[in-house]
Parts: sequence; C-alpha cells; structure tokens
Amino acid sequence: MNLAMVDGGFAEPVFGSQRAFRALMDAFARPGSVADLSGLVLPPAPMSPAAGAVLLALADGDTPVFFETDMPDAKAWVAFHTGATATTEAQAARFVHLGETGDCTGWSRFAVGTAEYPDRSATLLLPLEALRGGRRLILSGPGIETTTEIAPQGLGAGFLDVMAANRAGFPLGFDLVLVSGGEALALPRTTHIQEA
Amino acid sequence: MTLPAYNFAYLDEQTKRMIRRAILKGIAIPGYQVPFASREMPMPYGWGTGGVQVTAAILGPDDVLKVIDQGADDTTNAVSIRAFFAKTANVATTTKTADATIIQTRHRIPEEKLKAHQTIVFQVPIPEPLRFLEPRETETRVMHGLEEYGLVHVKLYEDIAQHGHIATTYAYPVKVEGRYVMDPSPIPKFDNPKLDRSPALQLFGAGREKRIYALPPFTQVTSLDFEDHPFAVQTFSRPCALCNATGVYMDEVVTDDRGGRMFVCSDTDNCETRQADGHKGPGLPQLGGSAPTARETAR
Repeated sequence: MNLAMVDGGFAEPVFGSQRAFRALMDAFARPGSVADLSGLVLPPAPMSPAAGAVLLALADGDTPVFFETDMPDAKAWVAFHTGATATTEAQAARFVHLGETGDCTGWSRFAVGTAEYPDRSATLLLPLEALRGGRRLILSGPGIETTTEIAPQGLGAGFLDVMAANRAGFPLGFDLVLVSGGEALALPRTTHIQEA
Repeated sequence: MTLPAYNFAYLDEQTKRMIRRAILKGIAIPGYQVPFASREMPMPYGWGTGGVQVTAAILGPDDVLKVIDQGADDTTNAVSIRAFFAKTANVATTTKTADATIIQTRHRIPEEKLKAHQTIVFQVPIPEPLRFLEPRETETRVMHGLEEYGLVHVKLYEDIAQHGHIATTYAYPVKVEGRYVMDPSPIPKFDNPKLDRSPALQLFGAGREKRIYALPPFTQVTSLDFEDHPFAVQTFSRPCALCNATGVYMDEVVTDDRGGRMFVCSDTDNCETRQADGHKGPGLPQLGGSAPTARETAR
C-alpha cells in the first residue's frame, strides 16, 4: 500500500477543518485577502497544502472532484481522506483542481449553475507560483469596501477575459480560489477584476 | 477514557461540511437562498434551528458567542441557545456586542456598529420574500431567476392604497446589489439601514425552510420603496425610560393595568452599557393612567 495517501491529513479533523473553513469563509467574504491555510495538511506533490486543506475541509461523497492534470498520489490522498470520487466529467464536478498550464479558456466547461439554482456550480482551485509579487490587479465588488489590489504570479493569458465573462454571467458562474503553498485567495463570481 | 456523547458544536462533520459549502455559495451569490439539508436539532423548528446550524458550522473553540432575542440577551431563546453552545462547544459567551466574534440573533441587529472581525447569524422563519405572494417554490425560483419582482412592488403599493403609507414594518424586503430581492428576516425596518455596507459578514439560516443566504461585508442593500413614498424607519417620540437613549429601537413595556407603560431600549446590552456610563432616563411612570394622547411610534 502507498503510505503517501494515508499521511498528511488533518491532525485534528474537527478543529483542522473548522480552521480551514473559517479562513476560506473570510477569504470568500473579503475577496483579495489572503487566507493562511498553512500547517493543517500535507498533501502529496504537486498539490499545495492550501488546496489540500480546502478539499479535506469541504469535499466528501456528495462532491465529485475533477483533476485537470494527472496527479495520482494527490488524487488517491483526497479519495482516502474525504471519500470524494474523482470525476472526469467536467459538468459533474463540484470542486476542480486546475492545472498550472495557464490555459483559462477551458474553465467554461465547468458547472455554473442554473437560473433557478446558481449555487449548483463548481469551485475551482488554481495553483499558482505565488499570490504576491506579480502583475497588479484591482478588485471591487461585494466584500470589498472600495477597491483592493492583488498581484498573483503565473496567471495564464486571457485570465481577465475569462473572469470578466464569468462576472457578466452573474448570478451564474464558477467561484475561483487561487492557491499557492499554504495560502489561498478567493475570487467569487461577484468580484470585478481590472488591470492596475 | 470517556468518549464524548456528541461532536464539537453538536453537529456531525458531514453535516457541517454540507452547511459550510452552502455558506460559501451563499457568500458568492449575495441574497440568493441556497438550499441545504437542514437537520433535526434538539429544539423545535421555529426556535432558531437555522441560525443554530449556521453557528454550529462556523464556530471554533476560540470564538466568543453572543445570542440575542429581540435585542435582549436574557430572554428564553437567547439564554437556551447560548447555554446550548456553552455546553456542546465549550465556547466563551458574552452579552457585550463589542466582545463577540459571532452574534446569533433573532430579529434585531445590535445598536452598536458591528466590526469587520464579527459575523452575525440571523434566525429566519420564512426566507422567501415572495412566499405570501406566490406559494409555489417552483414559481418563486423562476421569478428570482428572471428577476421578476413586480409582485413585491404591488404588495407595497397595496399598502399605500389601503393605509396611505407602506405599512410593512418588519421583514421589510430589500434588494441586494441590484439583483436579488431578499427577506432580511423579521428585523424591524428600523434595522434595515444597518444591513447596507456593513463591515461584518451577515449570514442567514432558515431551519424549517432549509435555506441559507448571506451578505458579504460592504454589500449594497437597498430597502424597496417608491420615489413618492421613500423608505423611512420608525422614530420614537421619547427617549428610553432607563438610559435616555434616542435614535434606538424601543420596546413598549406595560407596567400596570391602568394604561401605564414605558418605552425602553430593545437592545439590552446597549441600554446597560449606557446606564453604567451614567446615562439615566426619566424612569417610571413614563406614561400612565390615561389613554395615550399621541401615537408613540411612527408608522
């Protein structure tokens, strides 16, 4: 048996998942703020601790997870700790672990909900090199008093166009969480993103 | 070793995950009612089971919890819910608004301005603002989807036609970020302006109706009205009998069987804090003996 899939879960599942959720809830409530999810879980590479904490806190048998790139160890780890099935059907996925390929145009294939139930939409986790020190972007929308700035590194070409289209479809849309190392930054569908 | 009889904060982990996912989608779609698999709680539906489930899902060991019922920390619902979490989650509780990290409320928003690190959880009986106008859930879902809110304005217009003014005084419908019409729960319309661009995260839980919705901080919340009948909050003609506060929401307290009564702050923490600071109201009897000469509360 591969022990990599067993190790690295929450040391205290009840309190670890609560901490991860609260940090993520604050991140969703205040887009642009960076949530600290470090020190909670240690998933097999190439999955980041932040992405691992989000999935272990929120995924279970009711939420199929889609892996855009092949990461067998991390996939087995998520399956072992959450019981979530890995799906290859984009529309069925509630959580999506995107690849670092930089291609954003394919994101539109994931569920955005329906007019009656816009909540039946995917939450996408986008692994990046860093959440700071990149090209400056200006955010506005619910959760932000006036405007706020982020500067993630490694966003793909066409990112702003894809996010603008996602915003325009409100209340339908996916919700995006940028993850890097132990940090996460949420960009829910309500957030306007502009170049600085 | 003795095993605990139940999980931290009562709910099992799978239930918490389901509620947590609903909360995140609620925050991502402000004002939209997210369905969730509401559980049986050790209290009847109608006693705040929606708020209790939301609180249980977000609560951590470091939180400080305040629970209010119609503004009061010392009424049955508030006392029992506070005791419930003190027992099942062993969290610190407080009656001080400023000290709380999570405030669960039945039908009031504290007078003291909420801050960014605080989360307020509303107990909601009927989350659907269109329910009394259209009983079918399938239809109200479509109406929200199509942003078809004409009926709500007809209801407010009928108020004006019958009473000469908008007679809705609580659960006054609001529009969130220009999109979803939302029931703010039966808070007095006095509290509606506090919903708008609040620095605190606002979560709403309806247990019997199985819905969760949310207002992220700094979300635009507008009370519905007409140009010639603009939205206005209740005003009170006299100050609090105990702390002399003005510009706060008051409860009318009957003090004898001859028409004696007094008006006191609905927010007990605000009133007690002011009294401790040396503010003193006119006390008893504020009114009495005869029928009131003027309407005490504006509409």
